[in-house]
Amino acid sequence: MSSIGGVEVDVVRDGIAAEEMTLNMGPQHPSTHGVLRFVVKADGEVMREAIPDVGYLHRSIEKIAEKVGYHGFMPYTDRIDYVAAMPCNQGWAMVCEKLAGIEVPRRGEYCRVIAVELNRISSHLIAVGTMGMDIGAFTPFTHALREREHINNLMEELCGARLTFSYMRIGGVAYDLPPGWVAKAKHFLDRFEPLIEEYNDLISFNKIYVERLIHVAVISAADAIDYNLVGPNLRGSGVKFDVRKDLPYSIYPELQFDVPIGTGERGTLGDCFDRYMVRIREMQESIKILRQCLDGIPEGPVLGKVPRKFKPPVGDAYVRIEAARGDMGWYCVSDGTDYPYRVRVRTGSFAAMSIVDHLSPGLMIADLIAVIASLDVVAPEVDR
Amino acid sequence: MKELVLQLTDVAGPFRFVPYELVAAVAMLLFGAVVVFGFVLPVAGITSWLERRVWARIQSRIGPNRVGPQGFLQWLADGLKNLLKEDIIPSAADRWLFSLAPYLVVIGFIATFAVIPFSDVLVIADLNIGILYVTAVTGLVVVGVLMAGWSSNNKWSLLGGIRSAAQIVSYEIPAGLSIFPIVLLTGTLSLQEIIRAQGWAPWNWFIFHDPFTFTAFFVFFVAALAEGNRTPFDLPEAESELVAGFCTEYSGMRYLLFFLAEWGNLYVIGAIVTTLFLGGWQVPPVTTQPVVLAVLQLGTFFLKAYFFVFIAMWIRATLPRVRVDQLMTLCWKYMVPIALVNVVGTALWMVLVPEAVGQAVAIAMTIGAVAVVVFFFKRVRFHLRRAKLSAADYYYSPII
Amino acid sequence: MHDTLATRFPGGVVTLDTASEPAVRVRPADIVAVATFCKTDPALRFECLSNQSGVDYPKRDEIEVVYHLFSYALRQALVLKVGVARDHPRLATVSAVWRTAIWQEREIFDLLGVDFVGHPDLRRVLLPEDWVGHPLRKDYVEPESYHGISTKRESML
Repeated sequence: MSSIGGVEVDVVRDGIAAEEMTLNMGPQHPSTHGVLRFVVKADGEVMREAIPDVGYLHRSIEKIAEKVGYHGFMPYTDRIDYVAAMPCNQGWAMVCEKLAGIEVPRRGEYCRVIAVELNRISSHLIAVGTMGMDIGAFTPFTHALREREHINNLMEELCGARLTFSYMRIGGVAYDLPPGWVAKAKHFLDRFEPLIEEYNDLISFNKIYVERLIHVAVISAADAIDYNLVGPNLRGSGVKFDVRKDLPYSIYPELQFDVPIGTGERGTLGDCFDRYMVRIREMQESIKILRQCLDGIPEGPVLGKVPRKFKPPVGDAYVRIEAARGDMGWYCVSDGTDYPYRVRVRTGSFAAMSIVDHLSPGLMIADLIAVIASLDVVAPEVDR
Repeated sequence: MKELVLQLTDVAGPFRFVPYELVAAVAMLLFGAVVVFGFVLPVAGITSWLERRVWARIQSRIGPNRVGPQGFLQWLADGLKNLLKEDIIPSAADRWLFSLAPYLVVIGFIATFAVIPFSDVLVIADLNIGILYVTAVTGLVVVGVLMAGWSSNNKWSLLGGIRSAAQIVSYEIPAGLSIFPIVLLTGTLSLQEIIRAQGWAPWNWFIFHDPFTFTAFFVFFVAALAEGNRTPFDLPEAESELVAGFCTEYSGMRYLLFFLAEWGNLYVIGAIVTTLFLGGWQVPPVTTQPVVLAVLQLGTFFLKAYFFVFIAMWIRATLPRVRVDQLMTLCWKYMVPIALVNVVGTALWMVLVPEAVGQAVAIAMTIGAVAVVVFFFKRVRFHLRRAKLSAADYYYSPII
Repeated sequence: MHDTLATRFPGGVVTLDTASEPAVRVRPADIVAVATFCKTDPALRFECLSNQSGVDYPKRDEIEVVYHLFSYALRQALVLKVGVARDHPRLATVSAVWRTAIWQEREIFDLLGVDFVGHPDLRRVLLPEDWVGHPLRKDYVEPESYHGISTKRESML
């Protein structure tokens, strides 16, 4: 790997001296998902390498955790991935519960899963919408956001916030479901389910769109595991692994749902199109989970008894949950006080960024956009 | 045009002593000015407003609706705002080329209006090389775009400029080749003669003349879209990749000039397609009154041309962008061979197929096209009804 | 699993650490060998390095690098812990074994200062290239200013 020097290198090819162009796809750019920077060395339209330069959104959240305490860290977890904040909340709550051996009441678990799955749908809507927009189709983005507005309305009614929810607490969730909310949520699901088919008609199988995405940035299953890709990125390469099914937590063992994987239906297995279709299908699976939860939610408290000064015993815990962008690994070390000793979040987007410079040689600049969109990288997850 | 000028020099007293050529030149310049400022620029501006409204409705939003009734004056507001903006030229940019580039692009598209007919008599100059002139003059846009990309001294602009130049130059070929069948059929390059060779009825239009001209219509329309840098071929201004492509460094009025050229070009595309394939300003013979006839013909031509503008907007809102290598593949490997086949096919059709069979085929194709259009409208009505029904109980708010 | 490792690497290379979640402590010198064994052994087959964190223990005068391994094939997990001296922490890189470690180790180098020997591209990933210090250390003191921007928030204005 070369340094980010930006030195123009004279390349001699076929006896003609050609210059390699070094481009800066800077932190401000309409289509990198957040503040990401790529230094692209291109030979005309074809790239030789694209080196990611991250850290523009580094807020040292892990250090902040050591200062704000266990309860106080919950709002910060929203900001780790603000597009899908509920799973981040759940991850932090679960790692604290594992450290202290706290059990969450059943209704609390149901509320958690409902919130997480709704958030998964809205996160995937953004993912597929922005992917369409990056490829050039502006309409699917607005349609996706229109649906997401309804989810945001539901969330607003549930916990007061539309983006950074801080809905969960250690030991359960903060607020119970408001009266009438379940009916509204079911109404939304009835509305939304046929719209995924409409979305597919509009963009997913559009010939130009498919041609842009197939055979681009093929990641084999072995590469995906080696680079620790997770979530839809991993499943797009054919590996049938979902933390909710294989290392189940919360009430997922009782729920029936399928795990969609990429099948190479249009191009090669593991290309951008597979990852995209996995996200579309995951939305449909989330709808199934939501229906089961909304129908079967039991009565009871939503928050377990957790002391104000939360002092888990000395030790460490590692918890994996399935966030929208893949499995998040939460590692927390406790030293017996009410401030965590070390919190570490390993996010799916961090690994996805690390594979970009492995994938990039030979791609075109237009393909780089498609790759970043298909890996569904969000900058706050990369930088924390 | 010549008749008009002769009338002016005969009737109006003072002009008797002025040489005809001078009067003719001044008259043409005046006419050109009227067309450009009274027609072209407003149409380009209104197209921008219409595009934003059409886009918005397709994307289930509203679009500009504040400035003027239904936001109709939005384009005036935008134009005024851009005129008043600070004129920023990057210090590292080539000043002269940077300033000149937008004007070349605008000239490239406005100059085509010299030959575009509005009615039987309303045309600035009925050149006998009309369509060749149009194809040649729109090539000026390439120079302008390249100049813009290069002089910005910005690698992204350069990439955009090069992409655009490659795209426009490549797609000139299928566009030009698709004009050949029409030229073969009429034997002339003059736009007015081409329109006069068609009739007012759809089966007399060249689009339905034979299957080869039908294909040539589609090839030409797609190639013209590509030349106009419209989606799905809008890589040069691919917003999500190159910020604004070759016009990244431009701001204010210079920036608007590029887009004015793009929207105006839409109308040019529509006008040329109408001229070549759809019978131009031909109307059924309902009246011989010159003024009424001129208005009818103008209206017909405008509506037909604007229909294609609308189609282009539609396409832009729906389709994603093709990649540069796919674009080149499409042009050279698919469209050029198809266009060549069209030329040969039309020539063979002209020679081998007798008149009666040709007429029958034309009528059959017209009926087929009408059936497709009717079916299309039925489907649209179905979808609109379904959307209205579901929209009724769709929106709910957590507050209410 | 600890037994498998112990048989393969005798001599106190691996010890069971039951202080908290069961983990296997590995001697720093042998980490690459243990890692390769974990990945290739058919009973273990840990093809995925799920997480690599660094934890600063000034009281024990060490920085602990924790490896969470996971096997997709056999659905099992393992935790490896390596302690390196705090003064000049050096550890061999496992990026040849699991390529995800390339960026994980860059982050540990960035935030804790652990020098990974043999790393193909060891430079800061999250912080700017010219940042001084390693923030996640317990004794880290923030610099007064960075490029002229003060790091103390004196007032809102």
